[in-house]
Amino acid sequence: MVATVQANTLDTGRAAPRERRSWTGWRFVGPFMAVFAVVFLAPIAYAIYLSFFRTQLVGGTAFVGLDNYVKALTDPLLWASVGRVALFLVVQVPIMLFLALLVALAIDSGRLYGTSFFRISVFLPYAVPAVVATLMWGFMYGSQFGLVGSINDALGWSLPDPLSPGLVLASIGNIVTWEFVGYNMLILYSALRVVSPSLYEAAEMDGASQLRIVWSIKLPALRGALVIATIFSIIGSFQLFNEPSILQVLAPNSITTSYTPNLYAFSLSFAGQQFNYSATVAIVMGVITMIVAYVVQLRGMRKGA
Amino acid sequence: MKVTRRGTVLVGAALSLSLLASACGSSGGDSGGGGATTASAGDVQAALDAGGTLTVWAWEPTLKQVVADFQTKYPKVKVNLVNAGTGKDQYTALQNAIKAGSGVPDVAQVEYFALPQFALSKSVTDLTAFGADKLEGTFTPGPWNSVHSGSGIYGLPMDSGPMALFYNKEVFDKYGIDVPATWDDYVAAAKKLHEADPKAYIANDTGDAGFATSLIWQAGGKPYQVNGTDVTVNFGDAGTQKFASTWQQLISGKLLAPITSWSDAWYKGLGDGTIATLVIGAWMPANFETGVAAGKGKWRVAPMPQWESGGKATAENGGSSLVIPEAGSSKALAYAFLKFADVDEGVKIRLDGGAFPATTAELNSPEFKDKKFPYFGDQQVNQVLAESAGEVVPGWSYLPYQVYANSIFNDTVGKAYTGAATLAEGLKAWQDASVKYGQEQGFTVK
Repeated sequence: MVATVQANTLDTGRAAPRERRSWTGWRFVGPFMAVFAVVFLAPIAYAIYLSFFRTQLVGGTAFVGLDNYVKALTDPLLWASVGRVALFLVVQVPIMLFLALLVALAIDSGRLYGTSFFRISVFLPYAVPAVVATLMWGFMYGSQFGLVGSINDALGWSLPDPLSPGLVLASIGNIVTWEFVGYNMLILYSALRVVSPSLYEAAEMDGASQLRIVWSIKLPALRGALVIATIFSIIGSFQLFNEPSILQVLAPNSITTSYTPNLYAFSLSFAGQQFNYSATVAIVMGVITMIVAYVVQLRGMRKGA
Repeated sequence: MKVTRRGTVLVGAALSLSLLASACGSSGGDSGGGGATTASAGDVQAALDAGGTLTVWAWEPTLKQVVADFQTKYPKVKVNLVNAGTGKDQYTALQNAIKAGSGVPDVAQVEYFALPQFALSKSVTDLTAFGADKLEGTFTPGPWNSVHSGSGIYGLPMDSGPMALFYNKEVFDKYGIDVPATWDDYVAAAKKLHEADPKAYIANDTGDAGFATSLIWQAGGKPYQVNGTDVTVNFGDAGTQKFASTWQQLISGKLLAPITSWSDAWYKGLGDGTIATLVIGAWMPANFETGVAAGKGKWRVAPMPQWESGGKATAENGGSSLVIPEAGSSKALAYAFLKFADVDEGVKIRLDGGAFPATTAELNSPEFKDKKFPYFGDQQVNQVLAESAGEVVPGWSYLPYQVYANSIFNDTVGKAYTGAATLAEGLKAWQDASVKYGQEQGFTVK
C-alpha cells in the first residue's frame, strides 16, 4: 500500500504538484474506516450526546449541560467502585504478571519435560468463557453445597466463606488470575522466542549463569511485552464486570449493584432507567482508564525500545 | 516509537469499549401515544374475526396451554408465546423495547409490584376503554386494586399470591416441632430445629425485597404512600418495626440458611430438609411439583404465622397481571387474549395446571377448594390458601418505581445479613436510597 501511494506521488508529483490528491490510500482503508465509524465512533458520540441530558420518570427529558458530570465526580458510589478496582489492579495484576513471567521463563528455559503440554494446560483456562469459568468457581466457592462446603464437611474444618464481603474481591482476583495467567504467559513467551540465539551463545561463552542470562538478556527483551500486558490488564481491571455480575447471584449481599464501575453503569441503565447518567459514568471511566494506561505506557517506555 | 503508537490505539480501544456498554440505551421518546383508544366489545370481536398475530411475553408456565386452546378456538389468530426472562429480566427487556420503540410485545406479564411503574410512564394501555371497569367483582379485591392506578385499569389480574406457611412435616415430626401459629413461635421453632440439627434451618433468606415488604404488609406497616407523583417512604412505622425486631432475631442467631431463593442450592435444600419452611405466595404449589420432586409427600401447608396470637392477617406475595403495552400493534386482539386468559376459559385451563386464581368465582368453587394434592400428602391445600386470600390486609401500595427500589435492596438491607448493620439500619438506608432516586426522577418524595 505504501509503495502504491509513493509511486502515484512520484508519477504525478512533478507535473502538477498540488492539483490532484491521491485517494488510493483512502480506498484501502475506507471499508475499515466506515465500520470503525459505525461501531466505535458513533456510539461514543451518542454516549457523549446522552450525557448532556436527563430523563425523569416524571417530567421527561431535559438538557442539563454538565450536571451529570458534576454528579459523577461527586458520586461516592462511583468513587468507591473505582477505589475497589484500583485496589484489585494494584494487587492482582502484579501477582498475575509475575506468575505469567515465571511460567514463560520456565517454558523458555528448555529444561522442562513435556513443554508443549505444560504450555497448553496453562493457556487452557483462557479458552474457557469467563461466564463459564465464574459459574464453575462460584460452585467451588459455595460454603453450603459447593466444594468449600464439602471440604468443611469431610474434614471438619470451617474454612471462611470465600463469598463473604471481606473475601469476595480476593476470590474474584483468584478467578481472573486463573483465567489470564496463560494468556499473559503467551504474550511474554512469544517475546522471548524472538530473542536471537546468538545472544545466548555469546553469554555462554562469557560464562554467564542462567540467572544472569535472565536478568541481562531476557528481562530487557521482555520490557515491551510486559508494558503491553500491563496495559491490557489495567483495561481489564477497570472493566471488571463478568465475574462480579455472575457471583452477585450467589452473594447478593457481598457484591452491590455498584461494586465495579461497569456494574454500576449497567445497573444504572438497566435497572434504574438512568441512561444519561450511565453514559456519563462510562465516559468518566473511559477517560480515567485512558489516563492510567497512558501514564503506565509513558513510564514503561521512557528508557527504551 | 512503533510500540508507542500501538499503545495509543489500545488506549483508544479501551475508551471505546467502555462506552459501548452504555450506548445500548436509547432515548426513543414517545411513540404512538397520540391516538386515544376508544374501543368497544364489538371492536374486540371484529379483531378476533379478522385474525392476526399476537406476541405474548410471559414466563408463567400454565399460559402455554391457554395459548394452545386460544388458537384452537380462534384459528385465524396466531399467538407467539415468548419467555423473555423471569421478573426483572423481562422488565428490563420490556423497558428497553418500549424505549427503543421496536420489538414491543402485544401482551406482557407484569407482576403487581411492577405495574405502577409501567402505568405511571403510560407505557401500558388503560383498559377502561375496552370496558375493563365492568369486570369489578370478577376478581378478588387485592389483585383488582393492584391493577388500578389513578382512575385507570392497566392490566387484568392473572393470578394472586396470598401467603401461607409451607412446611416440611417430616422434619417437624422428626424433631417434635409444632406448626408455629405466631412469629414468636416461628423464632422458637427456628432455634429448636437448628439446635437439634445444625445443618437444618427454619428458612432460607439472603435478603429478598419482595418477602420483606410482604411481611411488613402483614404486620400492618404502610411504608409507601403514593398519591399521584407525591410519594412518602417511611420504614419507621410500627408494622415495619415488628418485622425488623422479629426477623433480626433470626439473622443474629444465624438461624436462616444462607441460600438465595430460586438457586439450585435452594431447590436442593427444599428437597433434603435443609430448609424446613417457606412463607410464600399461593402460586408456590406448582413450583414445588415441578422443581422439588424430592420433597413429594413431605410438605404441608398451614396458615401464615401471625404477629398477634389469634390474629387473622395475611399479605400478598407476588402475583401477576397481563398488560397491553401502549406501543403494541393490535390492541383489540390483545384485549381479546387478556379476557380469554384471565376471565373466560383460560382461568379453568390454568387452574388445572396448578395456578392460583385471582377470580372470585373459582376461588369459591367447591371443586377448587376440595381438590386434593398428592404432593402435599392429599391435603386440601386450596382451603388454606383461599382463606388466606380473604384475609389480606387492605391499604398496601408499592412505589411507582418499585422495580428499581427492589434492585438496590441488597445494597442496603443486605448489610444486615452480613452483620455490618442491623435490619432497622438497613431499612433506613433503603428508605434514604429510595427517596433519593424518587427525587432524581422528579417525584415529590417525603
